[in-house]
Amino acid sequence: MEVTRSKPTDDFRVKQLRAQQMLRGDLEGDDLQEYVEERLLLTKFEDAQNWARRNAIWPLGFGLACCAIEMITVIGSPRNDLSRFGAEVIRFSPRQADMLILSGRVSIKMAPVIRRIYDQMLEPKWVISMGACASSAGMFNNYALVAGADKFLPIDVYVPGCPPRPEALMYGIIKLQDKITNAPNLGWRERYHSHGTEEYDGRPKADSQTAGPDA
Amino acid sequence: MTDRPANGGADGGEHDPLTVPYRDREKSITVGTLERTDEPLSGTELAPETELLTINLGPHHPATHGVLRLLCTLEGEVVRDIHPIIGYVHTGIEKSCEDQEYWKAITFVERMDYLSYYFNAMAYCMSVERLLGEEVPPRAQYLRVIHLELNRIASHLFWLGTAALDIGAITMLWWGLRERDLILDLFEMSSGQRLHTRFFQVGGVFEDIPPGWEAKCRSFLAEMPSRIDQYEALLDRNEIWLQRMKGTGIVSRERMLELGVTGPLLRATGEPWDLRKATPYSSYDHFDFKVPVGTVGDNYDRYRVRLAEMRESLKIVEQALDGLPEGPYITTNRKVALPPRHELATSMEALIHHFKLVTEGFRVPPGEVYTPIESPRGELGCFVLADGSSKPSRVHMRDPSFTNLQSLADMGRGSLLADFIACIAMLDPILGGIDR
Amino acid sequence: MPDATGLELVAQRVRDAVGDDAVVGAHHAYDRASLEVAPARVHEVLTHLRDADEEPYGVLASLHGCDYLPSEPRLGVHYELLSMQRRERLNVKTRVTVEDPHVPTVTDLFPTADFHEREVYDFFGVVFDGHPDMRRILMPEDYEGHPQRRDFPMGGEPVLFTFNEHKLPRWYD
Repeated sequence: MEVTRSKPTDDFRVKQLRAQQMLRGDLEGDDLQEYVEERLLLTKFEDAQNWARRNAIWPLGFGLACCAIEMITVIGSPRNDLSRFGAEVIRFSPRQADMLILSGRVSIKMAPVIRRIYDQMLEPKWVISMGACASSAGMFNNYALVAGADKFLPIDVYVPGCPPRPEALMYGIIKLQDKITNAPNLGWRERYHSHGTEEYDGRPKADSQTAGPDA
Repeated sequence: MTDRPANGGADGGEHDPLTVPYRDREKSITVGTLERTDEPLSGTELAPETELLTINLGPHHPATHGVLRLLCTLEGEVVRDIHPIIGYVHTGIEKSCEDQEYWKAITFVERMDYLSYYFNAMAYCMSVERLLGEEVPPRAQYLRVIHLELNRIASHLFWLGTAALDIGAITMLWWGLRERDLILDLFEMSSGQRLHTRFFQVGGVFEDIPPGWEAKCRSFLAEMPSRIDQYEALLDRNEIWLQRMKGTGIVSRERMLELGVTGPLLRATGEPWDLRKATPYSSYDHFDFKVPVGTVGDNYDRYRVRLAEMRESLKIVEQALDGLPEGPYITTNRKVALPPRHELATSMEALIHHFKLVTEGFRVPPGEVYTPIESPRGELGCFVLADGSSKPSRVHMRDPSFTNLQSLADMGRGSLLADFIACIAMLDPILGGIDR
Repeated sequence: MPDATGLELVAQRVRDAVGDDAVVGAHHAYDRASLEVAPARVHEVLTHLRDADEEPYGVLASLHGCDYLPSEPRLGVHYELLSMQRRERLNVKTRVTVEDPHVPTVTDLFPTADFHEREVYDFFGVVFDGHPDMRRILMPEDYEGHPQRRDFPMGGEPVLFTFNEHKLPRWYD
């Protein structure tokens, strides 16, 4: 088969005119502009990527204790259905999953296992700490638990509750989706214009207006 | 690997799983005549491997219900030995209870066996009431029975959903969770929380049921039997279910008794031991219900026993609702139970009692008791050692799953790996109770 | 439960069968019959109660330990026996000291004691002589200490309030 190409010119104007001729149907000028704008989506690559990622999060099936029951209710119950938000596929292999929902108490025997599983997950990955026991020690402030999984894992969203309602977990997942698109929903901080009330964690703040508690 | 004593009921070599009938169907079929030949295809002789392979069914696994770790020694596809390793959700609940007042410890104890939370609270409250010598008023007893039986149904529904999910019947998960949501709605209406409600208190229940609860409960009771019929229609005669469940995981009755196994596992082998009938507590003897008992003790019997138990629980709830007596919902002894809020405005003693109870808690005279009840998994016993102060000195729950787990080795020895997964599903282990 | 007189009869029968030094005491309180035995004779007492007694108890419902600090001897091991035919429960308990925490195992009589004895060893340090697999069951294998003893600290993290949040070291220090 023969392929004929027009002679390559480095005149941009000529190429533009040729493209216009290709697209032209019966529309001219402003109509053509409007026609094209209706049918093309212009965005940054990162935004498109984030949109795809947030709507197809694959949770890792990881249930530890009572919060796992509520997590299974979120994923499986017909009333609260997580597949509406694209997170239907639960993969039990960490190599195939995006999001780790730590549901339940993290004991000292289990912590290295969780870390290993987290390391086996591929980037990009997110962690939701569900329930009070995974976020802090919960009500069990004793020798047997790691007081909060954020001692050995970076956690994106904390969902409080003992156990949190299925709606609360879904709200947490939606917040994670907002975080993925780099538009974290600051919630009440926006409504009440109270920026700067985030917890001080020792790092020097770029904004000189916010002062730490030691100032 | 330690030598286990010889057991009477597990296969013992006569029932070699490589010759079970469904293996016979894997014969060659010639396309032309569709006749079955009697020889297997050449090259697929069913000689077992002589090499033993130890694999780790790790703490993170879809088929283990919770974080149970099993070291399986396999010979080909046949399981030769199992060692469970537990402790991955050990929370030190029993030690934490020693630091809390008696009524605060109820919340801790509820989170042990996290599917049957009312039962944990019930065993603990019964122990403390025995130490105190408190009488629980009849209305509270009936309310307790209603909530316990509803929790039993919810626990069995969740078990059914996840067990069927392990075998592959995924539809049961949706159905089970759908019904379970109805029960959790009832719990939310009566106590405010879906799970781990702090509803049972020492001396009775926390609050009376709101108006409209009984009507909602009755509508649930009216709807549920047809749903159980649907589950049975789906699974009872299902060819795949029968092939996988019938004849697998058999442990004899004597062996189960030796291992201390109770609950539906023991009843499936034919022993009609149910603490609700044998030593009735909390007015269970007022109700007329049957105890379903199996015959062979295989996985299919365990499934049938639990389904039948759901029906019996529905009957109990209905009888309890019909006969619900009037009266106080918690003991009137103000030294143990909080006074009602409206009294705080008028009575000085009520205020003082409230203050003492909330800050220090009631004191329990020294003593020790062990109170067993029948939870969905077996005998749940609570041992409380009191030393006269307002905090318990030792709280120990004899959890049924902890003891039932010891029968897993017997169930698995000599079975195929897929059947072993079915055995785990039918065992109904709850790791929160095992690890505490 | 056998009532108080029944308990006395059981205690007498055990004394006749096993020896006078086996039974240390018999208490009946809160509707519960409890027989206290010497630690070294536990196996014989339970053998007698399971097989030879005229009111046998065939099932071991629970085996658990507790710490009676400050009263000595400190560590207690409880055996909850159950008779399904007569629907009765009997509690047999022994007390051992921390210095010499040895109790003979009963796994040959009641195979259910396997996991339970491991748990008592794990949490209290009571060593059961003759157990086929005496190691920790719930805590990590290399854990030091026996957590559920009364003098073992509760552990955990200090809770932050406004009065102490600047005094306690945080994770970024």
